[in-house]
Amino acid sequence: MTDKRCSMREAIARYVHDGMSVAIEGFTACICFAAGHEIIRQRRRNLTLIRMTPDLIYDQMVAAGVASKMIFSYLGNPGVGSLNAIRRAVEHGVPAPLELEEYSHYGMVGRYIAGATRLPFFPLRSYLGSDMPRANPLIRMVEDPYGGAPIAVVPPLNPDVAVIHAQRADVSGNTQLWGLIGSQKEVAFAARRRIVVVEEIVDEAVIRADPNRTLIPGLIVDAVVHEPYGAHPSYAQGYYDRDNQFYLAWEELSQEHERIVAWLDAWVYGVPDRAAYLEKLGAARLAQLKPAPAPAGVVDYGAYQ
Amino acid sequence: MSYTASELMIVAAARALAGTRTVFVGVGLPNIACNLARRTVAPDLELIYEAGVYGARPARLPLSIGDPTLVTGATAVVSQADLFGLYLQGGLVDVALLGGAQIDRFGNLNTTVIGDYTRPKVRLPGSGGACEIAANARRTFMIMRLKRRAFVNALDFVTSPGHLEGGASRQRLGLPGGGPALVITDLALFDFDNPEREMQLIATHPGVSVDQVCAEIAWDLRLASHVTETPAPTADELRIVREELDPEGTYRGREPV
Repeated sequence: MTDKRCSMREAIARYVHDGMSVAIEGFTACICFAAGHEIIRQRRRNLTLIRMTPDLIYDQMVAAGVASKMIFSYLGNPGVGSLNAIRRAVEHGVPAPLELEEYSHYGMVGRYIAGATRLPFFPLRSYLGSDMPRANPLIRMVEDPYGGAPIAVVPPLNPDVAVIHAQRADVSGNTQLWGLIGSQKEVAFAARRRIVVVEEIVDEAVIRADPNRTLIPGLIVDAVVHEPYGAHPSYAQGYYDRDNQFYLAWEELSQEHERIVAWLDAWVYGVPDRAAYLEKLGAARLAQLKPAPAPAGVVDYGAYQ
Repeated sequence: MSYTASELMIVAAARALAGTRTVFVGVGLPNIACNLARRTVAPDLELIYEAGVYGARPARLPLSIGDPTLVTGATAVVSQADLFGLYLQGGLVDVALLGGAQIDRFGNLNTTVIGDYTRPKVRLPGSGGACEIAANARRTFMIMRLKRRAFVNALDFVTSPGHLEGGASRQRLGLPGGGPALVITDLALFDFDNPEREMQLIATHPGVSVDQVCAEIAWDLRLASHVTETPAPTADELRIVREELDPEGTYRGREPV
């Protein structure tokens, strides 16, 4: 079994290059901020950033100037307000213009599925009566070959690199994820390269004891990064809570580009890696985010010799 | 007993969910309304969240639509491919709650831009799941504040289809769901129960006049044959909202009407 473990610095240096399309997915949960920060630190440029919900991670990356384009479906700070850095880029070209390619959620999911299954398009019951196809000509209507009404289709999406944050994997990248699994499986299978980032590295036997929970097989994984709290201020179900205080504070902090620059200096450029970020955050803050346990019941797969 | 405009909106939305089996929930007021409905008029109500949760039993008020409290204790947690494909497009959503920056007389919604799409004055969040939710849910309820700049003659951008140009235009285009059924605002309630499928005033909230409502709407508002008054929230409804669902007052507001 190949040991694919490496540091975040090595993984980003090896697989993420200027001009690439990068998907750091995770629907509110398991968003790998550690990877986003490392991409900022390595000063990548002209990336196409792909995510259903750009969230604070792409707000930070756009403010840092790593992106020239974004493919997305919901541009908000969930439950709080706007993504102010991305809005500044779109409305005022600050710090640089940002091209948008926009879908609905199911359209993005469909693009990942078509990409993952190598199909030319994905049909969905959406976009009829909406202006979205006019804003994005890649959303098209086709005749139903079986005689039904016209139906919307979206093209496949195959990111150059996908970063998937999860609770645990073995050293070869067999990855288990629970809680909100979002579209992590679909984007992993759609991407050309996959970096898996986990809270824990576990023995292969732990994976094999619960195979239904394996979302991503090591077969398609290029790098495994062990990065505890790598999703903060997002969360990993059962490991730590979403840092809602940070999401609320970002609404205020992100009102001015200069304040984000100062924040990036302190929390991204000013720390060499995730471990240093966590040290700066402090053990007390992390302890506050620790949930009480709520373990799943045990299922019996049976032994069949 | 005094109450805020938000509390009345929450209570009105919850009452409208009476007898409903499945509801597609958003964060904020819709979330509180659905949880209130489950404790009062719709005990069998299953809460569906676009993050991939069916049958959520949130133990705390979720700030985001993907809060971990929605996962723990839920009936099922699924991928978004399954949530949108099997649950929503599969026709299992009875009512979906939506909102928007702009709405027109046929219940079409804009959550994308104010101004021109390519050079927006204000860049709004976009669709999220709203476009396919509006297409597929059996009925949609809108929860919005009644403001003239929101209730407009022509949307700057149609994100989510309502009754389109009215009448049977929605069915003609092949949209599977029934479309807008109810608009819940801080001043009044509206439905679309007429052949033109046009928004019509069905109830004003206590102390609100029809003229006040009309003043906040850009078009000539149609009135239902009997415009009633929304019953004020009961003490029990207010207790659940204040003590159980939003104890910190994040969404229910402070200013009594």
